[in-house]
Amino acid sequence: MMSKFAFPPSIKSRPVWGTFEARQGPAHLFIADAQGGEAILDVATPDLMASGHIIYIPRGTDFAGKLRALNPAQFYEGPSYAAAVSRIRRTLQDAKMGLQVYLAGTEGLMGQAMLEVTQAGIPHAAIQTEHRGSTARRMQCVHCKGFTEDVETYPFQCSHCGLNLFVRDHYSRRLAAYQAVCIDAEDPGNVPAPKGIYE
Amino acid sequence: MTIQFNDETFRDDYSFHNSDWAIKRFPFPFHEDSYMYSVNMEQHRGGPAGSVYEKRFDVDEHYVSEMRDRALVLADDPLRCQSLPHMTLAGWDLLELIMVSKSEDYPDLFELHRDGNKWRWINKPLGIDDSFTFLDETTLPYGPMEYITRQSQGDFAVLDQREDNLWMDAGMITTQADWSLDFDIGMNFFEWHAPVPMAHEMGIFKRALKFLLNIQQGAPARRLNWTMTVNPLLDTSPENYHKWGVQKTTLTPDNIGAKQHLRVELQTFYRLPRSNGLAFPIRCYLCSFQDLMTMPKWGRRLHRVVRDLPDELATYKGFIDNRPMMLDYLGQFDDGLPTSPGVFPNFETEPPLKIG
Repeated sequence: MMSKFAFPPSIKSRPVWGTFEARQGPAHLFIADAQGGEAILDVATPDLMASGHIIYIPRGTDFAGKLRALNPAQFYEGPSYAAAVSRIRRTLQDAKMGLQVYLAGTEGLMGQAMLEVTQAGIPHAAIQTEHRGSTARRMQCVHCKGFTEDVETYPFQCSHCGLNLFVRDHYSRRLAAYQAVCIDAEDPGNVPAPKGIYE
Repeated sequence: MTIQFNDETFRDDYSFHNSDWAIKRFPFPFHEDSYMYSVNMEQHRGGPAGSVYEKRFDVDEHYVSEMRDRALVLADDPLRCQSLPHMTLAGWDLLELIMVSKSEDYPDLFELHRDGNKWRWINKPLGIDDSFTFLDETTLPYGPMEYITRQSQGDFAVLDQREDNLWMDAGMITTQADWSLDFDIGMNFFEWHAPVPMAHEMGIFKRALKFLLNIQQGAPARRLNWTMTVNPLLDTSPENYHKWGVQKTTLTPDNIGAKQHLRVELQTFYRLPRSNGLAFPIRCYLCSFQDLMTMPKWGRRLHRVVRDLPDELATYKGFIDNRPMMLDYLGQFDDGLPTSPGVFPNFETEPPLKIG
């Protein structure tokens, strides 16, 4: 439980993440990145794994071997979320009534996977989340609409248009991103030194 | 009454201006000498003759120029108008509501001829004469919501109602007080209001939602909201904030009377008959400080409201940095005399200001 972070109270558009519990179901789909692998290890039972499909993006961590050793019915290790998303969609096409979904790891991973899962028609009651590891955010620049992944400090520079952006707590589930707004619009060039989002 | 439409701009040279008629009917939002959030709903069943409350969809001297500005915004950024796939029927509901209302309320400007589903719509100020089949999208140049809101002043949010909540699932948003439809589309009532300070804790949104969920056909409601805008800029969008934000720093004691505008939203709420959605028009009115000061009551009151507003609200509304300069300007007009209750200017009975 070392990698759990207590998010401070925030506004009502900000997502709230939970803690996994093993649920009854005909099939179990796990999508996780980085330290999210630990959440799967914590909840896994031989029963879940017998009908379990793990889609995992290690991002430099070493949980892949332990996850594979759980002996799930299907196991996939991918280099990035972008590389994995077509497999996620294909898997969801085959989803049957009662599928249980478990999303774990960074907010960016959980947000994007949540979008795929809900668009596939999986009911909210069948989806669990658990945040683990980095508190970095996936941000959308409100000006150019480009996404910048893994933002840990602000202000940050938009990876697309280069504006210096403030990190807001306002969150769009449809975009799976927080909103980023120009920080020096009223005083061009006055960009404070970056600090951690939760500092 | 025939309206003389202004030829004016809301950008670049900012030639926007209010006639004496427009100033007198400006929807001044403060009914007393202070302001705090409230649900402040009332029925939208007309109002004093000539006021902005009289007609269902007010048309004023800025109509033609505002529609020109909307077309420019949309050409620049088509994401300002979006409708999720399940909202098309609500778009037709909105088209019908506006066409019927405007043709009845302004028969000299708008005509609607209906023969079953064969409709003919004539919009004289904009030079439009279109025949189309109601509920058949292929017979209009745009989707129904976009078609009619390119011809109607103010922003339009079209809300779906399900799960005891309202969902921002469609809209035409080009004259917004710094919020993004493209970001907020698909959010529920609490989510899209999430950034508003204080009001959640005060229970405002819970009560407002309860009221709005129960709005019935034929019984629309309305309320006012307000903020401040430097220059008569309609498109104060987050998308373009990196371009317009700097204009807030151009105020000086000499130009503040002309440049600083009180921005008022007349928000109305209509139940839509086929979709059971809720149409949420947000009509923006702008008035410069110097024009407001021509109404003695507003001159006295605006100073008191701006002076006593909590810092959180002045920050959220984006004028905390300019508030001292605003107070220097407005303070000159406040002679301390009492003001009469209510929003209307009562310019015939209110004592004149000593200065101005």
